[in-house]
Amino acid sequence: MRSLGGNVDYPKNLLVSFYRQMLRIRLCEEAFVEPILAGEVHCPCHLYSGEEAVAVGVCAALTEEDYVFGNHRSHGHYLAKGGSMQGMVAEIFCREMGCSRGRGGSMHLIAPEVGMLGAAPIVAGTISLTLGAALASTIRKDGRVAVTFFGDGATGEGVLYECMNFAALKKLPIIFVCENNYYATHMPIRECRVEREIHEIARPFGIESRQIDGNDVLQVYDAGLQAVEKCRSGNGPVFLECLTYRFRGHVGPDDNVQGSHTDIRPREEIDLWREKDPIKQFENYLTVQRIMTQEEMNTAREEVTREVTDAHGFARRSPSPRVEELERYVFA
Amino acid sequence: MSSHRKLSYSLAINEALHQMMAADPSVFLIGQGVKSPWYVGDTAQGLLERFGTDRVIDTPVSENAMTGAAVGAALAGMRTVVVHPRVDFMFYAFDPIINEAANWHYMNGGKLPVPVVFWGIINRGGEQAAQHSQSLHGMFAHVPGLKVVMPATPYDAKGLMIAAIREPNPVVFIDDRWLYKLEEPVPEEIYEVEIGRGNVVRAGNDVTVVASSFMVQESIKAAEILVKEGINIEVVDLRTIKPLDENLILASVQKTGRLVVVDGGWRTCGLAAEVSALVSERAFGALKAPVVRITLPDCPAPASAILEKSYYRTSADIIRAVKGII
Ligand SMILES: Cc1ncc(C[n+]2csc(CCOP(=O)(O)OP(=O)(O)O)c2C)c(N)n1
Ligand SMILES: [Mg+2]
Repeated sequence: MRSLGGNVDYPKNLLVSFYRQMLRIRLCEEAFVEPILAGEVHCPCHLYSGEEAVAVGVCAALTEEDYVFGNHRSHGHYLAKGGSMQGMVAEIFCREMGCSRGRGGSMHLIAPEVGMLGAAPIVAGTISLTLGAALASTIRKDGRVAVTFFGDGATGEGVLYECMNFAALKKLPIIFVCENNYYATHMPIRECRVEREIHEIARPFGIESRQIDGNDVLQVYDAGLQAVEKCRSGNGPVFLECLTYRFRGHVGPDDNVQGSHTDIRPREEIDLWREKDPIKQFENYLTVQRIMTQEEMNTAREEVTREVTDAHGFARRSPSPRVEELERYVFA
Repeated sequence: MSSHRKLSYSLAINEALHQMMAADPSVFLIGQGVKSPWYVGDTAQGLLERFGTDRVIDTPVSENAMTGAAVGAALAGMRTVVVHPRVDFMFYAFDPIINEAANWHYMNGGKLPVPVVFWGIINRGGEQAAQHSQSLHGMFAHVPGLKVVMPATPYDAKGLMIAAIREPNPVVFIDDRWLYKLEEPVPEEIYEVEIGRGNVVRAGNDVTVVASSFMVQESIKAAEILVKEGINIEVVDLRTIKPLDENLILASVQKTGRLVVVDGGWRTCGLAAEVSALVSERAFGALKAPVVRITLPDCPAPASAILEKSYYRTSADIIRAVKGII
């Protein structure tokens, strides 16, 4: 498997796009910290910092026609699938120009124009929806692949197993992407399950499954490509367990460090994972392989910073939804 | 001890759990977040330390199985309290609650009771949007076989939790995070608030306002403002929404001739519709004006704070409604 550990024969622009996409997510996430602390952003934000390689690697293996569903922590999924940053930031500010017109907030990001069919915070709630999108693809024979992103916590919900069984039974083109960041809210994974190798749960259903380093964008991309290829050729589904870590705590900027009021994660563990920062690792790779110069990376960073600042400006300028339109999108 | 000892709403629930678990070894608590203040506020504080992990069980994210387990343990002789830190998460648990627990006693000819408390917390506002804001008591009250209680005060929170745990069959206990900081004197001993009994929390002759849970507090606020304008409303706190304290509601309407029903749930087929139907069936002759319902609109909860503000009903809506029928 290709990985950061070796040389890859990808064109430079592809590698640069991985870098930019990861940076877009990281800088956009971290730019929420201030407005959250200042009380400008109210809705619960589950930040994706530290996990960027998963969304970027998987989504880079997809086309715009392919489908993605997310969960409560989907800023990265949405951006990586091609959702507009302005639309996302405005949504998180709950403004009318937001991708869900201010009705959904951080946990309801959607961009149907690029195959992002939605995200929602009921744990495991969107897995069966993804199953349905994959089913639609097989009925229409249009070759689309559907990806469902969920956390290690979602492995507690029975619906995941129902979906795996049906997907295998019908050979559906669905990729189950489990982002294992070792925590579900306040619960470390050892308090949630005995068997910690999550990728093992798919095999009994007859699903090809693998565990990958979710902080290695090249590994994720490679696994993503192979999974997509399998699904498109009628040999789905595929299960990918991506090992990763969220730098921030469960919700908002708080880090959930032991000893603080959200007393959960050991400081040393957080520091260890910061060493494995997917962006830092990739920068190192790009440098060693002489793919990007430091100067080029700085320029990318500046450009992305500008994009993020612009998106915040856009969000702040956007009007709030109108009270008279409270019930506008209610179907019945 | 002093009968004036004050307790917050959340700590009143906590005290009920402590006392019932200490009094009865068959009582246990299971659910997400019972060891974490994020989820259940301080309602579970000290329980784990005192009663240990056998009887205070934090769980993986598995609402369906955990709730079914709560029901099964109750069938096997335990008294279970299963907590859902948001009622929104209870949809995964509807099957064990409704198909199994609610029906069990009846469909087995009364052979086996199901002493389980389904404790669901309403946690809304803060731009959390449609899946993290719901109030589902009306759905539970629709189901035969479930009693549904919704305390509005610390005193009732403790007394109803104790009564719910002692009931031989399923009780849905619904509290509201917006009430957690409310304080009042709460007796230190174990006591029950009888399930099925409402309470006139403020007497008045002009209009009956029937409310439950958080909306009782809004109704009291409205009463305090209206009284300055010479309007005396009678606030009836349902406390239990299934079975309804029909006589209390009817007696109040017989006295005032006017009714505003306030509910924190949706409008169609909701609690407010049920109360107004009861009154039109049984006290039609007493009515001097049409019944008014104040409910959430038939609309999912929005995220935007501005929309939320117009979505949730307040004392101002109650005042307007009262003035509209006198
Ligand atoms: C049905 C349901 N139960 C509980 C919750 C509360 N909750 C929100 S996120 C979460 C755990 C998420 O953990 P994981 O799936 O590992 O995702 P992560 O936050 O680590 O990315 C829980 C239990 C919920 N949103 N939905
Ligand atoms: Mg997790």
